[in-house]
Amino acid sequence: MRTKVWQCYVRSPGATSLSDTSNDEIAPIQQESDILWIRQLVQEYAAELGFNSLDQTKLVTAASELSRNTLIHGGGGEMIIAKIQTERQRGLRMIFEDRGPGIKDIDQALTDGFTTGEGMGLGLGGAKRLVNEFEVAERDGGGTIITVTRWA
Amino acid sequence: MESIPILHMGDFLLVTIQTDMHDQIALDLQNNLSKSIVQTGARGVLIDISVMDIVDSYIARVIGNIAQMSRVLDAETVLAGMQPSVAMTLVEMGVTLAGVRTALNADKGMAMLRKISGSD
Repeated sequence: MRTKVWQCYVRSPGATSLSDTSNDEIAPIQQESDILWIRQLVQEYAAELGFNSLDQTKLVTAASELSRNTLIHGGGGEMIIAKIQTERQRGLRMIFEDRGPGIKDIDQALTDGFTTGEGMGLGLGGAKRLVNEFEVAERDGGGTIITVTRWA
Repeated sequence: MESIPILHMGDFLLVTIQTDMHDQIALDLQNNLSKSIVQTGARGVLIDISVMDIVDSYIARVIGNIAQMSRVLDAETVLAGMQPSVAMTLVEMGVTLAGVRTALNADKGMAMLRKISGSD
């Protein structure tokens, strides 16, 4: 269940929702080693979708940012990854979900640029720039759901 | 838990980061580096990341911290060997790595360190 959705980009018309995809996979985010596994998983999916090497790097880096965010700020959670398909294009969608305290000021978290050495750095702003669609939702019952999509 | 080895080469310290560093390893590296700088009187630190094909903002922050800490201890830091796709991704994310000099490879990194630390 989602309430309060911050949608940063317009979805491509005709995009199928995640529930329509038959091939999704769930990866737990409970410890540091899960982040490494997720990087491998994302790289495999990205390669299968035909993303070039630079785009694979961006996707894996975004997944690394968001899964670390889920772990550190969300107290752990999971990632759902799926290949998605519209009439015109295919892409990779990743959903990061946690049952943590939520993000107090989402607007600030998203607009925060960050440089090395800054304390906050939720990593959201950086990850947002590496994908085509980025949606942050507050989870009913507490927590955060972040959905990102990049088209191949 | 293994820690990242620090090589002592003349006036400088060399660190090669090969894998994703999680919290304890990163903290240990920062602590061990500061101790080494003081003990050896090193004038510079070379961080080689040529093997890393993913660098996220966390790693970038650790590198930035190392550079800041080294400066406080009167040593310069050079980051060497950043892969092109890593560089492009960091730029796109808006990560600036401010205050960290970069070099194409370890050789050029050492040359840079010699020059800026006034050694040779």
